[in-house]
Amino acid sequence: MKSLMKNRLAWPVIALAALLLLNQIFRPDFLSLRMQDGHLYGSIIDIMRNGAPTILIALGMTLVIATRGIDLSVGAVVAIAGAASCAYIAASPEPASPVTAAMAVLIAVLAGLLLGVWNGFLVSTVGVQPIIATLVLMTAGRGIAQLITGGQIVSVSNDHYKSIGAGYLFTLPVSILITAAVFVLAAVLTRRTALGILIEAVGINPVASRLAGLRSRNIIWIVYVFSAVCAAIAGLMISSNVTAADANNAGLYIEMDAILAVVIGGTSLAGGRYTLAGTVIGAFIIQTLTTTVYTLGIPPEVTLVFKALVVITVCLLQAPKARNLLRSLKAAPKPGTKEKVAI
Amino acid sequence: MNEIVPVVEMTDIAIGFPGVKALDGVNFRLFQGEVHALMGENGAGKSTLIKALTGVYTIDSGTITVLGEHKQFSTPAASQAAGISTVYQEVNLCPNLTVEENVLLGREPRRRGSIDWKGVRSRTREVLAELHLNHVDPGSLLSSHSIAVQQLIAIARSVEINAKVLILDEPTSSLDADEVNQLFRVIRDLRDRGVAILFVSHFLEQVYEISDRMTVLRNGKLVGEYLTRDLSRMGLISKMIGKEMEALAELDQAPARTRARTGSEVTPFVEARGLGRKGSVSNVDLSIYPGEVVGLAGLLGAGRTEIARLFFGADKADEGSIRVKGVSQRIRSPRAAIDKRIGFCSEDRKEEGLIGDLSVRDNLMLAMQASKGWARRIPRRVQDELVAEYIATLDIRPANPDALIRNLSGGNQQKVLLARWLITSPELLILDEPTRGIDIGAKTQIQKLVNKLATEGMSILFISSELEEVLRLSDRVAVIKDREMVAEIKNDDVSVEDVMTVIAGGTQ
Ligand SMILES: Nc1ncnc2c1ncn2[C@@H]1O[C@H](COP(=O)(O)OP(=O)(O)OP(=O)(O)O)[C@@H](O)[C@H]1O
Ligand SMILES: [Mg+2]
Repeated sequence: MKSLMKNRLAWPVIALAALLLLNQIFRPDFLSLRMQDGHLYGSIIDIMRNGAPTILIALGMTLVIATRGIDLSVGAVVAIAGAASCAYIAASPEPASPVTAAMAVLIAVLAGLLLGVWNGFLVSTVGVQPIIATLVLMTAGRGIAQLITGGQIVSVSNDHYKSIGAGYLFTLPVSILITAAVFVLAAVLTRRTALGILIEAVGINPVASRLAGLRSRNIIWIVYVFSAVCAAIAGLMISSNVTAADANNAGLYIEMDAILAVVIGGTSLAGGRYTLAGTVIGAFIIQTLTTTVYTLGIPPEVTLVFKALVVITVCLLQAPKARNLLRSLKAAPKPGTKEKVAI
Repeated sequence: MNEIVPVVEMTDIAIGFPGVKALDGVNFRLFQGEVHALMGENGAGKSTLIKALTGVYTIDSGTITVLGEHKQFSTPAASQAAGISTVYQEVNLCPNLTVEENVLLGREPRRRGSIDWKGVRSRTREVLAELHLNHVDPGSLLSSHSIAVQQLIAIARSVEINAKVLILDEPTSSLDADEVNQLFRVIRDLRDRGVAILFVSHFLEQVYEISDRMTVLRNGKLVGEYLTRDLSRMGLISKMIGKEMEALAELDQAPARTRARTGSEVTPFVEARGLGRKGSVSNVDLSIYPGEVVGLAGLLGAGRTEIARLFFGADKADEGSIRVKGVSQRIRSPRAAIDKRIGFCSEDRKEEGLIGDLSVRDNLMLAMQASKGWARRIPRRVQDELVAEYIATLDIRPANPDALIRNLSGGNQQKVLLARWLITSPELLILDEPTRGIDIGAKTQIQKLVNKLATEGMSILFISSELEEVLRLSDRVAVIKDREMVAEIKNDDVSVEDVMTVIAGGTQ
């Protein structure tokens, strides 16, 4: 039990479990799953499906934050990716064919790649502060998306395209499977190669990393590209789920949820050590909160306050100072686990 | 002296970290108006004892009294408020604030609520003058000064606070002889004013010069408390390492080595002509032959580190040329230097070396992994072998590859950083103050290692504030003065005085 509490994931997991339990108490069928027409249904599945875009974006955000950066442009990338793919489908001679859908996906991912390269260029080569560099695309990006859609909401009807966000495969929603695949890919890519360690090294001490011969520029580039590609895939999911591209509202404020997910999951905004699993749990917490608000019948006006309270609690539980305070209330503190001090 | 109440008394102190008993039943007393040296090997628990006193760590058991009152500080700030001022082993100031802001941070003189900047400046001037640091501009950025000056500024802050107890954890490790004298003058002044001073250093000479009493720790346990004049150097060493006199022969000076072949018929590994950088150093003509140790001598701030950084591409040279193995090269980045088999162990451990939150293993493997690129991860088995080998060779303690490096003692961190470069088997290794903060046993060990590596053909550029050490190891000594290379001395029986004369006088 003690070693469990020391684990960085302990608090996020406990918070998630508590939230789920709360829901279960108010709605006894909350945790139940049922099979219908070969599809799995249930509140948990809904939470995962609705949370898929946030999880995806939060995964990319985690690596960016680990290098001491931040990516505010993900919401705009969501909009651009959705706009590009929908505009392509709408303009194509065969708007319902699978080839068109595949091309649309390719275009969206390429757009993400390009935008990530742009962010990475500003941060790593020009040396702009990440928050400013990505703010550029955050504001300009929605404009670009509007240019692509011509200021309209572009609706498409292509069943293949629709299946990305709303389809099922092996009884599970496709969006969940995609997200899981990206998670596994990211985890394997960073932990099987040296990428993870090098990302952390750059985030913890960029000067020392440079002197040890790290090409931090490449590493920073990789994480921004990864983040933007994740955002582009999320953009595909969102637009495909509603079969339309809304340049103004798609992915609005999703960067906030993603950053919150990362922080709740236990990765510090100061950069360095990160946990992808923590981020996924963090994103679940955020998504479950939204559901909880409905379950408990909390009036919409207080929803945000309620969310804020939960987020603050989880963050506080992770803060070394607060933990020490808690511990000293329980018993005499141990030095070994004391907050880290700069000495 | 024993009748008076100690300013600080620590009894039966114990502190444990996961897997390590850092302190176990340690007693310690500190009296008014004395300089008390805390002695022990790397990892003996000196810094931990200090941190227990100042509230950085909470003790597991034992009692602390300050001026006769039971005290347990919960934060460093609380101990400071109680008159205990500490300069920790790694300078802990704010590099991007100015000198005056650092000296007076949180205690700025105020006029009608807002900070009185004129007052700040004049107060800082006064304090700096007391430390004979008149040349330091109070308005300059802290980071613009060498680590030595930063250390002195940290001490200036303590002087300003008017502390009753002044704790200095290895304050002299980055100072040259003059600065040490300067610091000692200040320490004696303070002692005569009744301040109790706790002093940690691995330089026995200094300890014998300045201290009145000493407490020796070994492996977290108390060995004893002695009057400095009662304990011989050999006695002290054997108490620190826990071995008897016979074993001490081991610690003898590094043996002489057959000198490297140099001259026109051999190509130097690296050859710099007129190397320089605007605002930094200029006119460096220096060749280093395979198997040769070249020492850089000079006062602090003379430009030794700057030269090292040019060779390594940490700063880009904008004048002159570099040839590596006879081929003209431009070294634009550390990475470019590493690709040419050059390694550089920086003097600034905390800022330029450690990746604090990563393990000993990851820190040790970093340079090698970086040069392989991220895609080709060094297999865990290979890592384990290399890490185990170097932990054993350099006697890194604790011998746990998974320990976070920031939890290691200062000397052991230094060994890990050294290993980071050794593991890449460079052809030119630039060592900037490699023995700083390292205990005498390990120091001899590292000196022997430098000797051995050179004998095996490695070129080494060796920088140290200790001239004796430079002379003992180097085949040649380049003298740096006022950011220029002023002389090159072949090291056959050159004495410290000879080099000092050159440093003082300019050219040969
Ligand atoms: N925060 C920590 N967590 C875990 N272990 C620690 C921590 N701080 C110190 N230690 C361990 O406690 C022991 C004593 O360390 P300490 O820093 O006090 O040594 P020291 O005598 O100051 O050595 P040095 O001369 O190298 O500075 C070491 O084994 C070190 O690894
Ligand atoms: Mg120490």
